[in-house]
Amino acid sequence: MNTPVYAPIRTTSVDQVGLEARAAELGGRSIKTSSKRAALHLAIRCIDLTTLEGADTPGKVASLCRKAMRPDATNPAIPHVAAVCVYPEMVTHATAAVAGTGVAVASVAGAFPSGLSDIDVRTDDIRSAVADGADEIDIVLNRSAFLSGDLSRVHDEVAASKEACGDAHLKVILETGELGGYEPVRRASMLAMAAGADFIKTSTGKIPKAATPAMALCMAEAIREYAHQTGRAVGFKAAGGIRTAKQAWHYLVLMGETLGPEWLTPERFRLGASSLLNDILLQLGKLDSGRYGGPDYVTVD
Amino acid sequence: MAEHLPVDKTFKLFIGGAFPRSESGHTFQVRSDDGRLLANAAKASRKDLREAVRAARSAQAGWAGRTAYNRGQVLYRVAEMLDARRDEFVAVLRDGGRSAESARNEVEQAVDRWVWYAGWADKVHQVLGTVNPVAGPFFNFTYPEPTGVVVQAVPDDPPLLGLASRLAPAIVTGNTSVVLAGEAATLVAMSLAEVLATSDVPGGVVNILTGDQIGLLPWALGHLDVNAVDLSGAPADLPDEALADAAENVKRLVHGDATAASPSVIAQFLEMKTVWHPIGR
Amino acid sequence: MADPTADDPIPDFGLDYAPAPESTTVVSLADEYGLFIGGEFVEPRSGRTFDTINPATEERLATVAEGGAEDVDRAVAAAGTAFEEHWRDTPGTVRARYLYRIARQLQERSREFAVLETMDGGKPIRESRDVDLPLVAAHFFHHAGWADKLEHAFPNRDVAPHGVVGQIVPWNFPLLMAAWKLAPALACGNTVVLKPAETTPLTALLLAEVLRDVDLPPGVVNIVTGAGETGAALVGHPDVDKLAFTGSTGVGKQIQRSAAVRRLPLTLELGGKAANVVFEDAAIDQAIESVINGIYFNQGHVCCAGSRLLVQESIAEDFVERLEQRMARLRVGDPLDKNTDVGAINSAEQLARITALVESGVEEGAVLHQAPCDLPDRGFWFAPSVFTGVQQSHRIAREEIFGPVLAVQTFRTPEEAVEKANNSPYGLSAGIWTEKGSKILWMAERLRAGVIWANTFNKFDAASPFGGYKESGFGREGGLQGLGAYVRDAGGHD
Repeated sequence: MNTPVYAPIRTTSVDQVGLEARAAELGGRSIKTSSKRAALHLAIRCIDLTTLEGADTPGKVASLCRKAMRPDATNPAIPHVAAVCVYPEMVTHATAAVAGTGVAVASVAGAFPSGLSDIDVRTDDIRSAVADGADEIDIVLNRSAFLSGDLSRVHDEVAASKEACGDAHLKVILETGELGGYEPVRRASMLAMAAGADFIKTSTGKIPKAATPAMALCMAEAIREYAHQTGRAVGFKAAGGIRTAKQAWHYLVLMGETLGPEWLTPERFRLGASSLLNDILLQLGKLDSGRYGGPDYVTVD
Repeated sequence: MAEHLPVDKTFKLFIGGAFPRSESGHTFQVRSDDGRLLANAAKASRKDLREAVRAARSAQAGWAGRTAYNRGQVLYRVAEMLDARRDEFVAVLRDGGRSAESARNEVEQAVDRWVWYAGWADKVHQVLGTVNPVAGPFFNFTYPEPTGVVVQAVPDDPPLLGLASRLAPAIVTGNTSVVLAGEAATLVAMSLAEVLATSDVPGGVVNILTGDQIGLLPWALGHLDVNAVDLSGAPADLPDEALADAAENVKRLVHGDATAASPSVIAQFLEMKTVWHPIGR
Repeated sequence: MADPTADDPIPDFGLDYAPAPESTTVVSLADEYGLFIGGEFVEPRSGRTFDTINPATEERLATVAEGGAEDVDRAVAAAGTAFEEHWRDTPGTVRARYLYRIARQLQERSREFAVLETMDGGKPIRESRDVDLPLVAAHFFHHAGWADKLEHAFPNRDVAPHGVVGQIVPWNFPLLMAAWKLAPALACGNTVVLKPAETTPLTALLLAEVLRDVDLPPGVVNIVTGAGETGAALVGHPDVDKLAFTGSTGVGKQIQRSAAVRRLPLTLELGGKAANVVFEDAAIDQAIESVINGIYFNQGHVCCAGSRLLVQESIAEDFVERLEQRMARLRVGDPLDKNTDVGAINSAEQLARITALVESGVEEGAVLHQAPCDLPDRGFWFAPSVFTGVQQSHRIAREEIFGPVLAVQTFRTPEEAVEKANNSPYGLSAGIWTEKGSKILWMAERLRAGVIWANTFNKFDAASPFGGYKESGFGREGGLQGLGAYVRDAGGHD
C-alpha cells in the first residue's frame, strides 16, 4: 500500500508478526558491562522527568525539579535529566527552579490528554506556556479527526501548533494505544512529521495502553523513512509504562539499531518517565557495589 | 511418643483458581462407606454458579488464545501432577467403598485418558479441519474453534475417570469449564481441583462446584452466557422445562458417558468456521 | 574507560555489545565416544575413530567412533531384535510415554544441548537456544501424542510399522534433524539406526544419554557415527526396512538408485535454491528483515534458505540499498556470544565450496557486495554477501551455495516472478511478500515448492509438513502428512 498520506509523503504497510518479532529480538541484546554505565548515564540524560497530576502543586514541582537537576544529591557525577515535563499552570514554577542548569522545561499543552477542544483554544494554550518559559511543548494528535478519516485537519492542526510554538520544539503524542494497530501508527507518524513535528511521542501515560518496544520500532522505522525521503531528522520519545533500566536499554538498542548512533542523544531521543530514574540509580549503585539495592536506598522526591 | 492428630482438610469450591467457600455458607456431609465423616463439603448455590461462569468467561479468550502446543503441555502437566498423587486418589476412592485394585486401575486409566486428550491439542485441527475445493477461484478452509464456556454435569461413576473423560476433551481446545460434580464424586473432584491449581492451568479455565448437581443444572441451562451444557452425568429425572430453557440462547446440549474416548468427544465442544478468500493477482 | 561525569559530552555509547558469552560449563564432554548400540556405548569393531572440532576455533572437542560395515550390521541387528522382541508389540500409549519423557528431558537439559550444538556445529547460541532446542522438544512432544492415535491419523487403514528404519541426518541442524527423524519413526512403532553427520555427532551422542535415562528399551534407537562410508553401509544393508535421508541432492540421488532397485520405502529431503519474491506492495521494513533472516539465518546452511531474492523492479534499487544497510548491522563472530547473528561456517570443506561458488559469480560478471566485518583469525568464516547483476544462468543463481550468499534478480509481473522462481531443478521452498491476500494465494498455487512462506520465512513447526518438490526430494516431515512415511499397510508385503 503505497498511498499518499498527505503531500508527497508516502507510507507503507507494516506486518505485525514480523515487527513484533524484530522488536523482541532486539530486547535480547546483551550490553557489555563496561558500556552499561555509559548507557545508564545516557538514559538519564534522555529522561523527561514528568509530573502530570491534578494534585500537582508548586511544592511538588519544585521537588521534581531538584531531583531533575541532581538525581543523586550524594553523587555529583550523575548527570541531570533532559527536561522536566509539567502542566502549563506549573511552567513558571519549573522555569524558576531550573533556570541556568541545562534542564529544559517541557509543557503539555492543548487540551492534554484528549485534545478535544477548539484548535484556537489549543494554540492559545501553547503560546501561553511558551510565554511562561517553556522550551518544549508536548501536544496530542487529534485522534478523533484521525480515526474519522479527516487527515488534512490532523495535519493542519499540528502545523498550527508548530507555528504557535515559535522557538520551542514540538513533540506530537500519537497515543498509539488508541490508534488500533501499527499501520495507523505509521501513518500518523508520517503525518505528524510532514506537518512539522520535531519529535513524535508514543503516549500520554493517561490510558492503560502505553509505550511498547514494538510500537517504538514502528515509529523509529517511520522516522527512518521520513529522514530518507526528506533529509530531516525527527526525534522519538517513548512514554508510559517505562519503569526499569532494562526497559530503557531495550529502547536504546532499538533506536541505535534502527536509526543509528546519531539518534542516541537527548536531541533526538527522550524517555518520558517518573519512577525510571530511581531504577537507573539502583542499577548504577549495583555496578558500583556489586549488590542489589532496594527502594529505601533511593529518594522519593 | 506424642500422639499425632491429623490436620483435617477443609473442602471448599474451586472458582477462578481460588478455593472459596459457598456464598450460601451451606455444607453437606460426606462420609466414608464405614460411616466416618470425611468432609463438610461446600454446597454450591446458584450465585456460586454465577461467579463460576463469570470466572470461566474471563479466562476463556486467554486460554483459547494460547498455542495448541501450549495447551497440550499444560494438560500434560496436569497428568504429571495427577500421576504423582496417585496414592492420594486411590485413598479417596477407597474411602468411597472401592477395592484397592479397582481404585488403582481407575486412577491409571484416568491418567492415561488425560494424557491421551493432552496429545490431541495440536492435532484435532488436522483431523477435523479441511481445505474445501469449492467451484470457483477461492481458497476455502474450515477449522474448529472452541465454543466458549461449558457447564459440565459429569458422570460420578466412576468418579475420577468420568470427570477426566469429560473435562479434558472440553478444555484441550480452549473452552473453559464449570464442572457440577455429583455428590458421590465430591472429594475426587476437589482433589482434582488441587491438582489443577498446581499445574499451570490459568485460573478460571476449570471451576468445580460440589453439592446439589440437579438443583444447579436448571440455572446453568437457563444462563445466557453459557455456550454449551454437557449432560453426560445429569440425572435422568432432570425436568423437561429446564432442558427446554436451554433454547433461550440456543445452547449446545451435549451428551456422552464416562467411557468413550474419541476426537468426536472433543468435537462436541467445537464450532466449525469456514473462511473464503479469492485467488488472483 | 574512565567513569562518565555529569558534564561530559554525550557518551559515545555506540551500541557496544558483547562479548556476552554463554558459559560452556553446563556441558561436560567426554574425551572419547563409542557407538550407541543395543542400549550401550560400545567400541567400534572397525577400530577406527576420528575427531570432531569446533569450527569457530578449530579446537578438537572429542574423538568419536567411525562405524564400519560390521558395526552397522550390529546396529541393524540390535534394532531388528528390539523390534521383533518387544517394540512391535509395545502399545501406542507406552510408546507415547517414552516420547513424552524424551521431550521433557530435552526441555530440562535444553541449555546444555544448545551450547553443545553451537560448539560442535558453529551456529549462534541464540539460534540453538531459541530455535533449535525448542523445536526439538516440541517435535518429540507432538509425535508422542500421535503414537496412541494412529487409527485416527490413518482412518480406515490397517497400518503397521516398517520395522528397522535407517536414518541419515545432516550437519546444519544436527539435533533437530535427528528429532525430525526419530520422533515419527518411534511414534509409529519402528526401531532405528541413526547416522549423524560426520562434522556434528555430539548432540546425537548426548541424546543417547537421554534415551538411556528414560529407560527406552535397548536397541530401539541405535546411533552409529561415521562419514560417507558408514552411511553407505547403512543404505545398502539388507535388513533395513525403510530409509530416510536429509542431505545433499547428489548423495540423495545415489541413495535413491540403491533403494529403488531394492524397492525400499524411501524419503529424501535434499537441497534447494528458494526464491524469496518481494512485490512492490510488501510491508517493506519487515520484508527486509525476512530476506535477511531467509539467507543469513544459520549462516545460510539451510536447505530451504531464501538464497534468491526476486524483487519487483519498481522497488528493486531502493530495496537493495536498504538490504545492504541492514546487512551492515549483522554481527559475525563467536557463536557462543549471545549477540552474534552469523556464526561459523561448519567446516573447511564447506567454506571452500562457498568460496569457489562466490568466485564463479564474480567471474561470470555478477557484482559482489559484502558486509564489512572483522573475521576472527582461527575458524571458518564467510562475510554475509549479496550479488546484484545476476543472470538466471549464472552458477550462483542455479547451484545451491549453502552459505551466507544472496543472489538478487528482478521481475516485472507476477507471471514473470513465477516463471523465474520455478526455473530450477529444485523445489523445496519459496517466499512471497505482498500485503495482498489474493496475490499470495495466486502465487502459492503456481509456485512449485513444498513449503511456501507468505510474509514470513524460515518458520517450522512439528505440526506443519515440510518437504520438497522435484530434486529437493520427496516425502514430508512433520504434521499428519509426515507420519505416513513411517507406516505401511499391514498384511502387505513384509
